[in-house]
Amino acid sequence: MTARRGSMRCAIHLACPPDAVWDLVGAPERLPDWWEGVVSCVIEGDTRTIQTRSGLPMPERMLTIDNSLRRFQYRITAPLFVEHLSTIDVHDLHDGTCLAVYSVDAEPAVLALVISGAARAAFARLPELLGVERLS
Amino acid sequence: MGRKILFITTDQQRYDTLGCNGGTLSRTPVIDGLAAEGIRYDRAHPQSVVCMPSRSTMVTGQYPSTHGVWMNGVPLPGDAPSVVEVLREAGYRTALVGKAHFEPYFDPFLRFEENALSTEGTTPHGGHRRGFEHLETAAHGAMGPLHYCQWLLREHPEALGMYCRAIDDSLQVSAATGGDTDAPQVKVNPIDRGIYHTDWVADRVIDWLDSIDADEDWFCWMSFPDPHHPWDPPESEVGRVDWREVPLPAGYPEDRAQREAIIDGKPRHWRAWYDGTLVSNYEAPADWVPATLTADQVREVNARNAVEVELIDEAIGRVLARVGERGWAEDVDVVFTTDHGELQGDFGLLFKGPYHVDALMRLPLVWRPAPSSRATAAAPASVVSRPVGLVDLAPTFCAIAGIEPPGWMQGDPLPVDDVDADARGFDKVLTEWDSELFGTDVHLRTMMRDRWVVTAYLPGTSHDGTEGELYDLIDDPLQRVNRWDDPALRPLRDDLVADLWDSQPEARSERLALEAPV
Repeated sequence: MTARRGSMRCAIHLACPPDAVWDLVGAPERLPDWWEGVVSCVIEGDTRTIQTRSGLPMPERMLTIDNSLRRFQYRITAPLFVEHLSTIDVHDLHDGTCLAVYSVDAEPAVLALVISGAARAAFARLPELLGVERLS
Repeated sequence: MGRKILFITTDQQRYDTLGCNGGTLSRTPVIDGLAAEGIRYDRAHPQSVVCMPSRSTMVTGQYPSTHGVWMNGVPLPGDAPSVVEVLREAGYRTALVGKAHFEPYFDPFLRFEENALSTEGTTPHGGHRRGFEHLETAAHGAMGPLHYCQWLLREHPEALGMYCRAIDDSLQVSAATGGDTDAPQVKVNPIDRGIYHTDWVADRVIDWLDSIDADEDWFCWMSFPDPHHPWDPPESEVGRVDWREVPLPAGYPEDRAQREAIIDGKPRHWRAWYDGTLVSNYEAPADWVPATLTADQVREVNARNAVEVELIDEAIGRVLARVGERGWAEDVDVVFTTDHGELQGDFGLLFKGPYHVDALMRLPLVWRPAPSSRATAAAPASVVSRPVGLVDLAPTFCAIAGIEPPGWMQGDPLPVDDVDADARGFDKVLTEWDSELFGTDVHLRTMMRDRWVVTAYLPGTSHDGTEGELYDLIDDPLQRVNRWDDPALRPLRDDLVADLWDSQPEARSERLALEAPV
């Protein structure tokens, strides 16, 4: 038997203060700037609808945008998903560096894998986009 | 002007599906003819028994541990070494038409260029990708962001729903059944043969060849998606092989008790999959229980598979005819193989997984050297019985092109006969399996040497790392009796296992991430 629900996580340690990362990944309208394959997004209230390169519109409900915690949470509400929750956290490591973490829980489980794979690739672009060093 | 290379692959095809290998279900006169004029390999093994790692081995000439594509869903980096790039830099025109699968299919964001290209054209960004100047992709049906699917959507939208729907609503490989026997991944497909993906691949190859100047050298990878499941060939062709007349394969013990006794002699994940309690490969339907497979379902799957093999053979014939019309017949090397095998009823199982037996590991491989090269190449109709691997293909292509294989290639140019094989040390072949998917981890390392196949297990979900398999290919060609725990063979087992570990390829320093299920 395979899991119906999947939980995945990826992280990146960057040589910069957390706010530099949060300004990008914590701004819902800036998703196309750092997430490969998202060509545009439209925000209306707490709904963000992204358009993927494949032409697939993917509506999302934004749950949390907490600038003090540096936490962004959203649910993809496209019918493909039975359930979904993604969380982006940017942690201050208090040494001039930060840890960005992307967590996803989804049913069907394979979507957690696909979303986390895309998130990992998106995180991997951050050093170049922000002009900072990746530490791990 | 040098030798041109037509590299033909299928997907998930067994050794015994070709007439030249003793198969009787499919008529394969074209491939049999190539074997009769060239070299047939009797022990060709993949370095992985699933698509992405195996195809990455073909293009890089490296083992999965080294190129890093350790399971399906792990993309081969865009800057990975590629024999096709070596050929392109040497002046070859290059193309891949059909199934690529160096990058995951499951790609809603179209992050992977193989997929994104289907909406943009056939020339990759920068003029080439992995050395391919022309990429025109297809897979097993109408789903997905591939050139064939886009073409079908544009030209024959009525056919989109004719193919088997391989993925269900829960995004698992579908356990839906069909055909006359309600077999899994079987569907009656009313599609016109002329627009089925096998003929489409051949058509697109012919078009590409027609774009090449007569005096140019070229490398064309013609990559058929069949006979991989789903088994849904055009219904107009299904009557070629009446499943009711299909004999049960030798590897399928019809008696259930015997079947289960054989499986129980193997490491426990065999029985767990058979009983439907553990699935370690996404491509096997998670909701299908192999223990329910009936003899008639085995017959129908084999019949439909045979039809797909025949269609491929005929498509190859059309392409070779065009090669001849272009005046290239004397100068083209043809290499035919597949990426891995298919259980196809053996042990009461279908599809594939971490099961390193001949059904999945013994592959059809034929090399017909360019007739114009015969003064320096093999005599016709050679059979190589020594073990070779798909890892040897890339250096073979270099040798054909007169290029010294780069140091990063880990294989050697294929031997042309057993004397050549013995002289160059072709005495063993290695295969790897690693999978980690939603809490189910399986890790195997296998070596075929002399008359033995030995598989050592690493710790995983079902294994503590002490398990293994040992088969005598002479006395037990169906690999029914696992002799791993046979005290009489312990010294031999120890020697084989030591050789297995000593022979492991260099591992990539940084592990690549799993990014999709397939």
